[in-house]
Amino acid sequence: MSASQASAIGTGGRVATRRGGPRAQSPARERDTAASARRLGLRFAALGYLLVLLGAPVAMIFYRTFEHGLAPVWSAVTQPNAVHAFWLSIELVAIVVPLNTAFGIGMALLIERGRFRGRGLLGLLLDLPFAISPVVVGLALVLVYGRTGWLGGWLAGNGIQVIFSIPGMVLATAFVSLPFVARETIPVLHELGTDAEQAAATLGASAWQTFRKVTLPAIRWGVVYGVVLTTARALGEFGAVSIVSGRLEGQTQTLPLYVQDRFENFDATGAYAAAVVLALIAFATLLGMNLLAKRTKRDTVV
Amino acid sequence: MAIDVANVSKRFGSFTALQDVSVHVEDGALMALLGPSGSGKSTLLRIIAGLEAPDGGSVSIGGQDLTHAPARTRGVGFVFQHYAPFKHMTVHDNVAFGLTVRKTPRRELDARVGELLSLVRLDGLAKRYPSQLSGGQLQRMALARALAPEPKVLLLDEPFGALDVQVRGELREWLRRLHEEIHVTTIFVTHDQEEAMDVAAQIVVMNGGRIEQTGTPRELYEHPSNEFVMSFVGPVNRLGDALLRPHDIQILPGGHDLYSEGSTVEALVRRVAHLGFEVRVELILPDGRDVWAQITREMAAELELAEGQILAARLPAPRVFA
Repeated sequence: MSASQASAIGTGGRVATRRGGPRAQSPARERDTAASARRLGLRFAALGYLLVLLGAPVAMIFYRTFEHGLAPVWSAVTQPNAVHAFWLSIELVAIVVPLNTAFGIGMALLIERGRFRGRGLLGLLLDLPFAISPVVVGLALVLVYGRTGWLGGWLAGNGIQVIFSIPGMVLATAFVSLPFVARETIPVLHELGTDAEQAAATLGASAWQTFRKVTLPAIRWGVVYGVVLTTARALGEFGAVSIVSGRLEGQTQTLPLYVQDRFENFDATGAYAAAVVLALIAFATLLGMNLLAKRTKRDTVV
Repeated sequence: MAIDVANVSKRFGSFTALQDVSVHVEDGALMALLGPSGSGKSTLLRIIAGLEAPDGGSVSIGGQDLTHAPARTRGVGFVFQHYAPFKHMTVHDNVAFGLTVRKTPRRELDARVGELLSLVRLDGLAKRYPSQLSGGQLQRMALARALAPEPKVLLLDEPFGALDVQVRGELREWLRRLHEEIHVTTIFVTHDQEEAMDVAAQIVVMNGGRIEQTGTPRELYEHPSNEFVMSFVGPVNRLGDALLRPHDIQILPGGHDLYSEGSTVEALVRRVAHLGFEVRVELILPDGRDVWAQITREMAAELELAEGQILAARLPAPRVFA
């Protein structure tokens, strides 16, 4: 990001010098420079906003993490609790993302291709996780699945513990990252239209063959983007998981919870190092999904 | 195989798309469904294909009742108006699709695809993607794809609608020849009367969800059963309730004695448009009504037509439909 910023600022500098030149300016040229000044202003505003909001904090985290070299970072991320938190986060993502991807694609097909009443209502329901604060989600899950909750008591009687345990954390994470795949897939499905699917049907393809060979390849970019967002959300979820997990060190502590814990215990290096690991996982997901989709990308003119 | 549509009706909400429609298509025939947009012709085609379910009536192909059969078991080849290519597949894979889903052995599949690609003159383009083809090529690919699983009937929805005029003419000619070659029962939908008359041996004229008339191009043109058919299958002049073909109006050479002929009237030339072989002459009759006459280039030259000129025109007995 820093390279592109530098080059953009460099261009801006050149434009500014040329505008300040001594040559006499025709009215057309004046309009031109006014427009380019506006463009320049917009560019600086956008870049500045990004820098204040995203660039500076992220850069600071990286800077503070590696301030004293690699050795302290390595010892921080290899702490048993850190390693446990890392694998727990990965485990949650590995369970939740496939679940929500399958659900999201199914939901998108239902909303976009289905012919039944109440599709609009379904769409509203789908957005509920966006509307509800994660903390509230956590509390609601405790109410239902906690030992005194209406399902929790029965489940506990059958030896299944949900709250303060993995199942509850899966539920909380799945809930908050529910809409992404469907929301990214619905517009792509809409854009695709039904012609190709109907053509497949007249050619003798079953519903599953049509989905596998026609629909899925056409919507894969929407799905990929949805998966990336789901992963990022699942990985970073704090509020809901914080409540249902009980934050037991080395047991139900995910990476974001671990970061918070280190921060509260004045272990800045530990907190920053874990934060960088989080960022790197997200980045790896983005890269991985892009490569995966590109490998099957064949419809673009070469 | 023969197609029989009996008493089919279809409504979309409060809109009646088809009302008690019956059509019989002979085995091996090439038939056009002709009508303006909203006449129900595409809906009828989609009902035959199984892409739409009729509210009432029945559809059978080759004597077999398929009214409730899903599209994929009907054995119809369908060519969509915008071709509906599978954009992520090569031309080869597009054409092969109907064979792939039937698990046809590789060698047989390749042979069939090669054969079809040369039939539609796309040899050498097998490895291209749809985005690299022109409209006419896409159209032919869609046709090859529809023909690959050897359908019992071929259905084409506005097959030439999205192409430019020149390509359209070529493909029209080519579709007719293709049909002579492979003889699969074919129905195509069009709103272009010239296209229907050029390509099809039998035409079904539709309007407002009903069939107005069925017949050969000549029958429709010469003996239209009602005003709608007459005005849809060719140009007309409207004089009150009466309809008149523009080429039936005769323009008489100068010096003709106006009053010796009963149906001869005086007319003022408002405009002369040279459209190649055909010349369009716009006339104003003594009672103020506008008509236009269609005459040949030679005739126009002979008559030395000029705007503002007053001449004599003979109007034939117009057709009045009750």
